[in-house]
Amino acid sequence: MKRLLAYPIASIGALLCLLIVLGAAFAPWLAPFDPVDQNIIDRLSPPGGEYVFGTDAFGRDVLSRILWGARISLVVAVTSIAAAILVGGAIGMVSGYVGGRTDALIMQAMDVLLSFPSLILGLIVVALLGPALPNLVFAIALTAVAPFARIARAPVLSLKERAYVEAGRALGFSHARLLFVHILPNILAEILVMGSLWMATAVRTEASLSFIGLGVAPPTPTWGGMMRDGFENILDAPWLSIWPGLAILALVLGLNMVGDGLRDATDPKLTQ
Amino acid sequence: MIFYILRRMLAAIPTLLAVLTLVFILVRIVPGDPAIAILGDRATPDAVAALRTRLGLDRPLLVQYVTFLGASLTGDFGRSMVTNRPIMAEVAAVLPHTVDLTLAAMLVGIAVGVPAGVAAARHRNRFIDVAARLLSLVGLSFPVFVSGIFLLLVFGLHWRIFPVIGNADLNDPLDRLYKLVLPAITLGLVMAAYITRVTRSAMLQVLGEDYMRTARAKGVPARTIVWRHGLRTAALPVVTVVGLYVGILIGNSVLTEIVFNRPGLGKIIVGALGQRDYTMLQGLMVIYCFLIVIVNLITDLTYGFIDPRVKTA
Repeated sequence: MKRLLAYPIASIGALLCLLIVLGAAFAPWLAPFDPVDQNIIDRLSPPGGEYVFGTDAFGRDVLSRILWGARISLVVAVTSIAAAILVGGAIGMVSGYVGGRTDALIMQAMDVLLSFPSLILGLIVVALLGPALPNLVFAIALTAVAPFARIARAPVLSLKERAYVEAGRALGFSHARLLFVHILPNILAEILVMGSLWMATAVRTEASLSFIGLGVAPPTPTWGGMMRDGFENILDAPWLSIWPGLAILALVLGLNMVGDGLRDATDPKLTQ
Repeated sequence: MIFYILRRMLAAIPTLLAVLTLVFILVRIVPGDPAIAILGDRATPDAVAALRTRLGLDRPLLVQYVTFLGASLTGDFGRSMVTNRPIMAEVAAVLPHTVDLTLAAMLVGIAVGVPAGVAAARHRNRFIDVAARLLSLVGLSFPVFVSGIFLLLVFGLHWRIFPVIGNADLNDPLDRLYKLVLPAITLGLVMAAYITRVTRSAMLQVLGEDYMRTARAKGVPARTIVWRHGLRTAALPVVTVVGLYVGILIGNSVLTEIVFNRPGLGKIIVGALGQRDYTMLQGLMVIYCFLIVIVNLITDLTYGFIDPRVKTA
């Protein structure tokens, strides 16, 4: 923590993320209106007065929708990247540990996954499976598995030759124990740093898919979906695109700042 | 050199085959029958059967697979289920717009990113460096549809300097360029942010090398040291990033095309999604993957030109 505070960028990023997480967690109490409540008389009211961020084409309060929309962004980002870390990390570690032909084959398969443009892959998977929360999580996790496999594999290649791993082997420890008890702690920091950077990507991908119309179905508020509605009313109500745009930017920037700061803090080469 | 090129090309073949196989499987695990999806629930069984025969869906999977592989490798991606026009023709019609956008965005990215990265590295921890790092972080964090809409609001609607709709006349170079400005900046800024970061860290590493000190000691002008000796070595990671970035660039170009209402591959893919045009999706996916595999190949080959040691490795 002390080291984290020595990096102002990471601290500011963490603060941004914390604010958004709190906003999402306490949305039911913080939001002045119901996010799906339509109030046609007040439709497209500009920001100010009763509606701090204005209202959309259905007369729904933009601020309330942004607070509730944060939940979708956060849930998708956290679950999809957690899944990608678990699956990709395990594939990479086992692949590096086993080595030889199996390793070559697995990594070739990961290269294939990497040759799909990630947004296009997400787009097609969601389009085929249907726009629902679990499918979004699956699609985004799928695009992130290969990078995590690569990140986890590289250090295992050298770690498995270390004396302490060999000692464990001589003591008759199982491969699983060697991998997950003795090798894993050494690569965890690197994976978690990448995790926060990839969460930023996941937020961006989710918002992009929602913007295209492949996100969680309306009327559930999502930031990307709000941008889409705002884009349709861009001539009369520019605030409809500005507020959710700033919200997405704040969360992605916050996560990137945390990831960047953590990387500097954990990489001794960069601190000289 | 020829041997190196051949070896790299051979290595790309298994990847291409695997990509094709995956696309084939992905399109076929779609719930529901594509023939029913096209004709609708109320189609007669005869009509469905006829369409299945026309699409080749009644043949054994293995035959479908081999036909698909053979056709894809000869550049025949089939016909659109909706318009019944060859997919290659549909793609060729809009390709100039997408190529314009992609190349212009790369140009913006390199023209802004390389000087910014070099300046940041030369003035490490000074104002320029901190500003470049913060700005590049912001640039990386902007989803392109957000930055695109913001630029559109400011320059298209508020100041009315640039057009809101980007459907350019391909035969009028000035019009083409004019309508390219905002989309190219939108797409190029993210790229500039990436390139700034990589150039900075690559330059920092190079500037600490012994031969740079020797050059300084010999009295070589600082400008020559940085731009001739330094950047040449630092170019390798930068080229890698530009190569790796193509996948992201493709995704982002889809969003940019939607925001600026430009014709292009992105608009086709979104249209195909809406109309459940599976053959079109399959064809586009193959084309995109070919593109990425080819760009990766070119990236690898570029290494050989920049750093002769790579060839022998």
